[in-house]
Amino acid sequence: MKPVFMTYTKKDLINLAVCMVLSVLVIPTFITTEYWYTSILIPWLCLALATIGQQVVMGYTGQLALGAAGFMAAGAFAMFNLILRVPDLGFVGSLIVSGLIAAAFGILFGLPSLKVRGIYLMVATLASQFFIIWMIDKFGWFKNYDSSGIITAQDIVILGKPFTTPLAMYFVCLAVTTVLTLLAMNMARGSTGRNWMAVRDMDIAAESMGVSLLKTKVQAFAISAFYCGVAGALFAFCYLKSLEPVAFDIKLSFKILFMCILGGLGTINGAFIGAAFILLFPVLLNAIGNNVFHGAIDATIISSIEQVIFGGLMIIFMIYEPLGMAKLWENLKQKLSLKLQSSNVKNLKSSLSKKS
Amino acid sequence: MEYERKFKIGKPILEVNNISLSFGGVKAITDTSFNVLEHEVRAIIGPNGAGKSSMLNCINGIYKPQQGTVSFKGKQIPDITPNIMAQMGLSRTFQNLALFKRMSVLDNILVGRKLHTKTNFLEVALQLPKVKKEEKLNRDRSEEIISFLEIEDIKDTPVGKLPYGLQKKVELGRALATDSTIILLDEPMAGMNVEEKRDMCRFILKVNDELGTTMVLIEHDMGVVMDISDRVVVLDYGKVIGDGTPDEVRSNQKVIDAYLGVEH
Repeated sequence: MKPVFMTYTKKDLINLAVCMVLSVLVIPTFITTEYWYTSILIPWLCLALATIGQQVVMGYTGQLALGAAGFMAAGAFAMFNLILRVPDLGFVGSLIVSGLIAAAFGILFGLPSLKVRGIYLMVATLASQFFIIWMIDKFGWFKNYDSSGIITAQDIVILGKPFTTPLAMYFVCLAVTTVLTLLAMNMARGSTGRNWMAVRDMDIAAESMGVSLLKTKVQAFAISAFYCGVAGALFAFCYLKSLEPVAFDIKLSFKILFMCILGGLGTINGAFIGAAFILLFPVLLNAIGNNVFHGAIDATIISSIEQVIFGGLMIIFMIYEPLGMAKLWENLKQKLSLKLQSSNVKNLKSSLSKKS
Repeated sequence: MEYERKFKIGKPILEVNNISLSFGGVKAITDTSFNVLEHEVRAIIGPNGAGKSSMLNCINGIYKPQQGTVSFKGKQIPDITPNIMAQMGLSRTFQNLALFKRMSVLDNILVGRKLHTKTNFLEVALQLPKVKKEEKLNRDRSEEIISFLEIEDIKDTPVGKLPYGLQKKVELGRALATDSTIILLDEPMAGMNVEEKRDMCRFILKVNDELGTTMVLIEHDMGVVMDISDRVVVLDYGKVIGDGTPDEVRSNQKVIDAYLGVEH
């Protein structure tokens, strides 16, 4: 008899093992240029984490929210102040507390979701984006009265050991992202995720089953903001290595929204696929511009083309595959396994016919 | 067709007293009272627009009636919300299907187990042993309901892809999963063919018979209602025009007039 319930299937464990081997063993051995770590892998992990946050509130709970970068800023500046003022907390402790501070903002700005929905909620959540950035700019305390506007982030020190090389920082991001991704998957697959999706798909029915809308929505906003906060702290400390409110402007919120939608709403792996796509695509375009057209196309035109293609892709995905790239990947896997099966059958048949 | 019932019909479990509900100037329900006895199958019938669904929505707390009270399990509930009623042991299905369309059949039914899930999100995130234990219990119960409703072969299909009749079944399953003492069914057989209707009737009677769940159902099809219900209340223009056993209601002149029309 097959087990009725298992948290992880064999396939999941294989996937996890493959990802871990790739990220811990293969990447550090084969990628030696710093550029890859500092400009692609580290921001990818940070933004994927923020995108998981966006997924929780938008993909799973169905609340249109647009303020991920605001929560990231909250997390980043909380981290800066915690390391500065409460050094005893340590890096990991500060990271968790900054996530919690962002979560508190998430609860505050998630409250409108109880009364408004859809596009109106999106406008209401924009308040978080503008309010948090304004608050950091307005009160000098948050920036430790630094007049230059850009503060250098403190070095990462964990248990007395400095993590300052790109590779070390990559491992820090990787560890945090891995842990939080696993936790997110557990929630999404468990009763917590079912409550989120129930609220997303039919809120009245969810309420009639005893799912509290207030609790579920606020919980989703808090968890989402926690993920964004931690991601923001890592983004500032491992990628930007500086703290400036401008880095967390509305453009970043939109970027995370695009990652969420293109990756596939309501999927965790979609967060990684979407983030990778949006980060790598400009790199790819630049490479094409330089190597195929040998710089004949102006860099500004290339960045405009990038916007055009993103916009086009968004529309195409919305029409033909609302579940995003994660779904495409799933379909591809299915087709491949079908092909594999049919080729196996053919081999079997041919071997049988030879025998006869 | 006299048979010995495992759960004898008992005292009133749900009482609706003098409910009046209006939307703006339109009166949907006027001064309506009736009760539902423990372990019975109670039908609410009436022509279109008689206020049947509004009645269920008042009982369940989706609509707030301007006047009147609802008592459940002997307690008058001052501020009814769907959530409070669910916690007290009242579950329901909806007229126009309110399933979680992108979730699988099993997941839909598992949502019905919400009130039997006590672990919080942190415990779920960390997959503590008690979460696994609770999840297994809930899954076992859901699987039981799935096999009871004979829908094992579609349990992993997203509900949105299923035909209408099956979706109605899944919705019944979700209501059953709550282990409620009373289930309100809003037109459980609407849009079904004869065979599906017969199936649905069988399930309703089986649930009532085996679990003792009190069933309140709204139905259009007079024949079906008369066959399966213990007592029937007839609404017309938001008022009770008949209340009693199927035979009593069938011979009630007002009911006949409402259904067949009167000469003026």
